[in-house]
Amino acid sequence: MIDALFRILALIRKELLAILKDPRSRVSVLIPPIMQCLLFGYAASYDLTNVPYALLDHDRSASSRAYVAALDGSGAFQRVATLDSASAISGQITERHAVLAVVIPPDFERLLMAGTAAPVQVIADGRNTNTAGTAQGYVSSITEAFISHWRSEHGQQASAGVTVNTRAWYNPNFETRWNMIPSLIGTITMMMTMILTAMSVAREREAGTFEQLLVTPFRPSEIMIGKAIPSMIIGTIQATSILLVAQLWFRIPFAGSYAVLYLSLFEFLAASVGIGLFLSSIARTMQQAIIGTVVIMMPFMLLSGLTTPISNMPVALQYLTCLNPLRYAISMTRQIYLENAGISQLLPEMLALLAIAAVTLPVAAWMFRNRLG
Amino acid sequence: MSPPPLPVVLRGLAKRFVRDTSETVVALDQVSFRAEQNTLTALVGPDGAGKSTLLRILAGLVPPDAGQAEVLGLDVAAAPQAVQNRIGYMPQKFGLYEDLSVQQNLDLYADLHGVPPDQRREIYHSLLTMTALAPFTSRLAGALSGGMKQKLGLACTLVRSPDLLLLDEPTVGVDPLSRRELWDILRHLVHQQGLTVVVSTSYLDEAEFCGHTVVMHQGRVLAEGTPAEITARAAGRVFLASAANGMAARSLQAHLFRHPEVVDAVPEAGSVRVVSTSPAPPQEGLAELALQFSPTEPRFEDGFMVLFRAVAREQHSSAIVLSRPPAAPAGSISVEVRDLVRTFGSFTAVNHVSFQVKRGEIYGLLGPNGAGKSTTFRMLCGLIPATSGTLRVANADLRTARAAARARLGYVAQKFSLYGDLSVDENLDFFATAYGLRGHRKRERIDWAKEQFDLGALSSLASGSLPGGYKQRLAMAAALLHEPDILFLDEATSGADPLARREFWGRITALSEQGVTVIVTTHFMEEAEYCDRLVILDSGRALAEGSPADIRRHGQRSDGRPVTMEDAFIAIVENWRQRQEAS
Amino acid sequence: MSLSPPSPHSGRASLRRTLALIRKESWQILRDPSAITIGVIMPIILLVLFGYGLSFDLKDLPVAIVADAPSADTADASAAFRLSPWFKVHPVATMPEAEQLMASGAVSAIVRFPASFSRDLARQQGTVQVVVNATDSNTARIAQSYATSAIALWQARARAEAGTSITIPSITLENRLWFNDANTSSWFLVPGLLVLVMTLIGALLTSSVIAREWERGTFEALFATPVRPHEILISKTVPYFVMGMLGLALSVIGSKLLFGVPLRGSLWLLVLISALYLVVSLGMGLVISAATRSQFLANQITILITFLPATMLSGFIFDIRSMPWPVQAITTLLPARYFVSSLQTLFLAGDVWPVILPDAAILTVMAVVFMALATRSTRKRLV
Repeated sequence: MIDALFRILALIRKELLAILKDPRSRVSVLIPPIMQCLLFGYAASYDLTNVPYALLDHDRSASSRAYVAALDGSGAFQRVATLDSASAISGQITERHAVLAVVIPPDFERLLMAGTAAPVQVIADGRNTNTAGTAQGYVSSITEAFISHWRSEHGQQASAGVTVNTRAWYNPNFETRWNMIPSLIGTITMMMTMILTAMSVAREREAGTFEQLLVTPFRPSEIMIGKAIPSMIIGTIQATSILLVAQLWFRIPFAGSYAVLYLSLFEFLAASVGIGLFLSSIARTMQQAIIGTVVIMMPFMLLSGLTTPISNMPVALQYLTCLNPLRYAISMTRQIYLENAGISQLLPEMLALLAIAAVTLPVAAWMFRNRLG
Repeated sequence: MSPPPLPVVLRGLAKRFVRDTSETVVALDQVSFRAEQNTLTALVGPDGAGKSTLLRILAGLVPPDAGQAEVLGLDVAAAPQAVQNRIGYMPQKFGLYEDLSVQQNLDLYADLHGVPPDQRREIYHSLLTMTALAPFTSRLAGALSGGMKQKLGLACTLVRSPDLLLLDEPTVGVDPLSRRELWDILRHLVHQQGLTVVVSTSYLDEAEFCGHTVVMHQGRVLAEGTPAEITARAAGRVFLASAANGMAARSLQAHLFRHPEVVDAVPEAGSVRVVSTSPAPPQEGLAELALQFSPTEPRFEDGFMVLFRAVAREQHSSAIVLSRPPAAPAGSISVEVRDLVRTFGSFTAVNHVSFQVKRGEIYGLLGPNGAGKSTTFRMLCGLIPATSGTLRVANADLRTARAAARARLGYVAQKFSLYGDLSVDENLDFFATAYGLRGHRKRERIDWAKEQFDLGALSSLASGSLPGGYKQRLAMAAALLHEPDILFLDEATSGADPLARREFWGRITALSEQGVTVIVTTHFMEEAEYCDRLVILDSGRALAEGSPADIRRHGQRSDGRPVTMEDAFIAIVENWRQRQEAS
Repeated sequence: MSLSPPSPHSGRASLRRTLALIRKESWQILRDPSAITIGVIMPIILLVLFGYGLSFDLKDLPVAIVADAPSADTADASAAFRLSPWFKVHPVATMPEAEQLMASGAVSAIVRFPASFSRDLARQQGTVQVVVNATDSNTARIAQSYATSAIALWQARARAEAGTSITIPSITLENRLWFNDANTSSWFLVPGLLVLVMTLIGALLTSSVIAREWERGTFEALFATPVRPHEILISKTVPYFVMGMLGLALSVIGSKLLFGVPLRGSLWLLVLISALYLVVSLGMGLVISAATRSQFLANQITILITFLPATMLSGFIFDIRSMPWPVQAITTLLPARYFVSSLQTLFLAGDVWPVILPDAAILTVMAVVFMALATRSTRKRLV
């Protein structure tokens, strides 16, 4: 038993040396997660700023100018064209100069003064429906604010109707970055740890060192543990570096408990490494290992809730996401990071990850025993 | 009309490489020689002598730092493509596409060399007949045995008759039968088709087939001449020695090899072939053995060793002392194989093979490429399961045995298979721990290994960057750290130079004398003389088993010289194959 | 020398060599399961996921509704949520109860009618409080706007039913979504699908092919033949190019048949732009492969600089114009960005030359640069 422990420690040390000794490989393990976190932290946002829009103001009244001023002053929009005729709209949008065209009717002020509804047309470029929808949402909030201001200025406050007053928990300004960066902890580390694990055996196979390892007293299960732990250590280092970038660079306040976060990470990495080991026992070459990883990672990423909510997916796919460790990792890191979730709140995710690890690791061990040689 | 330019003219060629550690290695230094039209020129020399670099420069793949290389009248450095249009080059590790079939590989090279389609049938026919690959045209190249791969590589190189053929160690890892066939092909090409060939080899007997030999050492040309001229350097100094008291040839060889008056000693046909430093046989301190020396004809290898020992490093003591020799009683069975069968699909790789190896014996597995040696070996080491039969190593079945059983054996693979990116120390430390060594004892064993194998000065170098001979030592050191009872050596001397091979066998002999059981595979037939017993396999069957003397009785020679192991080996395999064809 | 082959310098000889190498490369592709996995299986998985799995539209969002003083009005307003396809209502009695549901993740939003709701309503005013869990900010924002419109709709209907045509000045926004009126997510995701498929086939597969020949030692024998470096390069490009175009055909036909994605631009232009992008990807893969000579590093680098940026920085999910300028500057170096822009236009808008021409021009420049780099780094030298 104690011999086995020493053997495993030796293997762990050897694996870490092999990864961290070569400066090229050391850089490729430590720098990309930070770079990706920075880059994607800035890039991966549904929040829009300076959306280019074109204005066609048929009214040119005091009220319409005030409305336009509200749009221009919001910070969300940047007027790139002021048009004279409806025929110019098409070119602006089609050629991607503007994402939106706002058309104010000729009787805008008159209708408002008359106490009725003034129709404003908002035309959006639907090639990116996501951006278009968000931009239209922005217009609607600005319009809401403008009209209530207009009413109070024109002494019509009394009949304002029911208003909605929103409060946001955990992320008061609805910043995408706040939920995106904690999600990257899982996404980036999973990609890297799976590649490392899947390649580690294929690499030894191609170099011929694997047979040398197999004739030593190592048991398959010891080799597996010795391959799994270094990947998990590297994954933990990567996760920590992303966590540091999130707090020190992006200044996203960490609400939760580090103990809970690292416990969840441990479970998540164990589950992912299990999948990586499974792949590594099948892959004969490094090429097969990496392609297997990418082909598996892609659905994991798409079905994780990272970019689109899981609740929107068809029911069958929602069930499928239950097998996806990344789904739980993202949901857990968000909850711990932003909501200060405790173990009791995370119990369903923790149990699910435990179940995944309890399947992938033994299956990988079984595959190891049966496919070695 | 002026005569055609000489195929190869080298003047003052030099080449250096810079290692990762920024140290400069001189690969070639002031190399000059020429090869005449329609000749076979052999480049011989130890590992790292610069043979491969020289051939790569000739092929236009590596530019020289200084000097001039003219190939077929062209300056290679200036016009590599023009040279490549006319030569055939077979690198040491021929780049067959293993996921393509034999025919597809041939087609590819025929297309690349622009062989006209209407001539192909005839060329393919003669190449496939010559290489005996005709039955396997649709087989994937990766599924061929090592010797067949080399032959296919040669066939690919020869799809078009080149003006110059460059071959880099074409016979490494090739069995004696296939080697003989390969050389028949080469001689045929030179004599019948007027080809010019430059070939590098570490099998010194092959140099005797060549018209011209260039002996290289550490990037320089040590000597040049016909094989007879090189051989003549040992003239009158070669003897066959045998001990009156019936001392085993192996032990006598170990004894003589260390003798100061001896240049070289190898076991041969039950005696020991000795090259003396003087025309008289060595005498000092040998009286008690009552040796009988009879003069014999020198061989190329003897001349080479005379040349080589004059410049080579001092031979390192190959004595090896175990602190804990194996505990099993003498005469007990270490390895037992009964009715061993292994099939891959419908193909039977090992067909009812049985043998026993006793403690302290050196046991050899010999056979042509594809005979089932590797498969048997891998089953013995527990790397693949047997289909049926029993197999016990150190009283355990390794396939199911726990760590404890595997801790009692050591394994040196054919190809260097320690971790190339880790240093010597890190590798030793890893394998020591893997074999259960800890604390003081681990440090002690690592120090022992580094001293024994002279690795101390290199201990912080990445093991992948070590010179070939040192890689082999490191592999042995790692396999001996835990003082195994049984040692498995898979073609451990393949591609090694003669001196390194003798050192290696010195160590093996010392180990077996201390009770370590050793199982080896090798393609150097003369090395079989070091074995206590050996088995010859072909097509998965054991054809002959016994002591070297028993095996040699299967062979016969018409020229009256003593039957060598190679003669016997070829006789056994060919006899069996003829009987197979007949039935 | 009975056989003297035709001059190795002739164009025909070169063509024959190139064809032989292409054939060799194709056999290798067909024998390796990983090529088929990435060329056929992956596009199908992505097609299904993008078409059926991913949607930015919300439905059945779990929401807790609390009325501090239940009345007919609050019941009526709650019904507006219950009947809406966007929400799934969990009625609860008290606010602490609702907050607990939200903290446990059972609901994503709380709609609270304050005690004064009915009283205020009678005076044509009042507030509804909406609390959203902004851990997923995008969902939260959508939930907020859906809640707002649900209340607005309810109020308009209530007024109409009551016949109280009290008119108040307001602005009604007539939102139009050009090119994708029905706001179908799959229409918008297809360009992303093509980018992923083409990037993976182009860069990831080829990043191995040169490194692999170095690692396996197959180049040495090849180099010493009449073959020219550009012939090797062409043979490494053509089969993967064909594979990429097959992947394109599979994805386009699949998205047309399965999701009815329109192709409003011309097919030849789509093929042309895709071919350009594919050549850029192949060039990148080959350059990485030739520079590293190691499969492990080549694969790592390819994933880092082609695949992940193509997903995150190409503009197919996240809008480039909203990124900070340094990130925007980085995206200008990404070929995927120009491909996405052209694809979105070609599929949903049409042959809009002012968009397509600059994209095509930049892709052409990139293709030339990468192919030139690849040619430079493929020399018949071992050191």
